[in-house]
Amino acid sequence: MRWGELIRRFVLIPPTLFGVAVIVFVLLRVVPGDPIAMMIPPGASEADIGRLRALYGLDQPILQQFATWLGQVASGDFGRSISVRQNVLELLLARLPATIELALLATMIAVLFGVFAALIGILLRGRRAEWIVDGGIGMLLAIPDFLWALILLLLFGVLIPLLPISGRIDPEIDLSLRSNFYLIESVLTGRFDIAFALLHHMILPALALALPFAALVARLLKASLAEAEDQDYAQIARARGYSRPDILLHEVFPNALIPTVALGGVQVTLLLGGTVLVERIFSYEGIGNMAIDAVINRDFPLIQGLVLTFAVLFIALNLVVDLVVTMLDPRLRHG
Amino acid sequence: MTATLTVDGLKVAIGAANVLRGASLEVQPGEVRGLVGESGAGKSMLGRAVLGLLPSNATITSGRIAFEGRDLLAMAEAERRGLLGRRIALIPQDPMTSLNPVKRIGAQIGNLLRHHLDLSKRAALARAAELLTEVAIREPERVLALYPHEISGGMRQRVLIAMAFACDPALVIADEPTTALDVTVQRQVLQLVERLRLRYGSAVLFVTHDLGVVAKICRSMTVLHAGRVLEEGETANVLTRPRHAYTRALLAATPRADRPAEALRPVPPALIEQLWSEAYRLDDVAVVGAA
Ligand SMILES: Nc1ncnc2c1ncn2[C@@H]1O[C@H](COP(=O)(O)OP(=O)(O)OP(=O)(O)O)[C@@H](O)[C@H]1O
Ligand SMILES: [Mg+2]
Repeated sequence: MRWGELIRRFVLIPPTLFGVAVIVFVLLRVVPGDPIAMMIPPGASEADIGRLRALYGLDQPILQQFATWLGQVASGDFGRSISVRQNVLELLLARLPATIELALLATMIAVLFGVFAALIGILLRGRRAEWIVDGGIGMLLAIPDFLWALILLLLFGVLIPLLPISGRIDPEIDLSLRSNFYLIESVLTGRFDIAFALLHHMILPALALALPFAALVARLLKASLAEAEDQDYAQIARARGYSRPDILLHEVFPNALIPTVALGGVQVTLLLGGTVLVERIFSYEGIGNMAIDAVINRDFPLIQGLVLTFAVLFIALNLVVDLVVTMLDPRLRHG
Repeated sequence: MTATLTVDGLKVAIGAANVLRGASLEVQPGEVRGLVGESGAGKSMLGRAVLGLLPSNATITSGRIAFEGRDLLAMAEAERRGLLGRRIALIPQDPMTSLNPVKRIGAQIGNLLRHHLDLSKRAALARAAELLTEVAIREPERVLALYPHEISGGMRQRVLIAMAFACDPALVIADEPTTALDVTVQRQVLQLVERLRLRYGSAVLFVTHDLGVVAKICRSMTVLHAGRVLEEGETANVLTRPRHAYTRALLAATPRADRPAEALRPVPPALIEQLWSEAYRLDDVAVVGAA
């Protein structure tokens, strides 16, 4: 990616976010159900309902509401959550690190498993055992993350109760950490007991998210390896006296990585989307879990804040993927 | 004297198709042998069989391939890998696809040198720069730091020629190394091959359609047809007194300035002599730098 392209991408971010904001805002108000209906006690008078509506500005025309909200967001104020009665931005900042850490851990596990499986698969290329690898990958791909979450929960939480099945950390542990990035901070500051306790809680939801993604990485990488191995430069390396594992690792792998990162990197957005259900299943306190509550309660300001947060994450992810691909492929670097 | 390369009764099958049906040839030390024949005759398969590059669905059903008297097909994998790239080298057909696109030229030549010769990283790079100078590339240090897409096709083919001769090979197999290049570059590449094989004393098996090229640079030639050798011998003899109708047809199909393409007339020895001596005027190899 050259500089011009990078600038173009940055310029496109605000209009993209604006578009997302319009869509969510309008959809929320067109779809039946509103936050007031969810919070009023049975038997409240019309006048009380009207007053509540006015309090949250829901009595205004949509355009007016949107303009007000947009003005606030532009100045960093995402409003107050109706159901939790807290500042939306503070809620998001408190919960987002939990989701980011979970997604990062899941991605790392997936890449580790995926690369390993792809390398085994390519080494077995053309042999009968290749089918075992392909079959395993296909099976992992066929089971979605939330189903893995349930399977893992039953397996290691209930049947063989090895691991905790809910929350981010035991409440009795004194964290006294400065940021909300518990895992990253505890690792960086050398407090490995806390890191270990955190990982204990994270491993099942992370695995649930990681398994289908690992299969995706494995399939993409294996196909890319196979394609690169058939290229002239890899064939010629054989005639230069390199062994096949040598060629796969040094000639083929750096080339196969490019399409794998380009196609697979973007799929991390799927994994992020998967956090919604998986966090719910493991009662993990991230923004995915919060999103479900927000939707149930028709908490308009919170939903809007959450959707924008996810949008920013997706955009950032796409940018990072493009940057990494550019680093991997010299042909893109020099135009 | 042991032949550098002996291919004896080689049969190669791909599925039900017999692509080589008992082909035999010899390349003596320092000899440049042309391997000619129409498209599909099996020329590339023969070269690939020697280099261990047959497609995975191809099988050698019988025959022998020996390098300096040692049976390549029977020897241990590790021993064969020690010869390939070092004593037996390849100049590939398409310079655009034959270099690794994500690795610098210096890394590609350097790795090869270090793989076969016991060199330090620094020594390998120094030797790589020297090799680039030998293939008439200007500013070799700068070119070493470039990626393949940053240099022209002609330059890439020079790099590949440098890599072929990097470890002082006894045999170089060149499979149509000039077909992907334009005519002026073709000539320079041929002259480079000629210069380097003289310097390193390597024998060359030169696969080509082009009888003009054979007349220029090959002392001897082998004519392959449908997986079998039809005719072989000194180039001058084969071209002037082709014994086989197929060779005559090949000759007739080679367009020349002095006659219409269809006339079945032997090439005058004088012309071959002229082409031959032209090939040895090597001092006019152009020196090129990075574009
Ligand atoms: N991968 C392959 N699978 C099946 N058949 C093949 C394969 N490669 C080549 N062949 C067949 O093997 C025969 C010999 O092919 P080869 O490439 O050696 O011909 P060639 O003499 O080099 O021709 P050209 O001058 O076009 O390069 C041809 O009939 C071709 O169709
Ligand atoms: Mg060929």
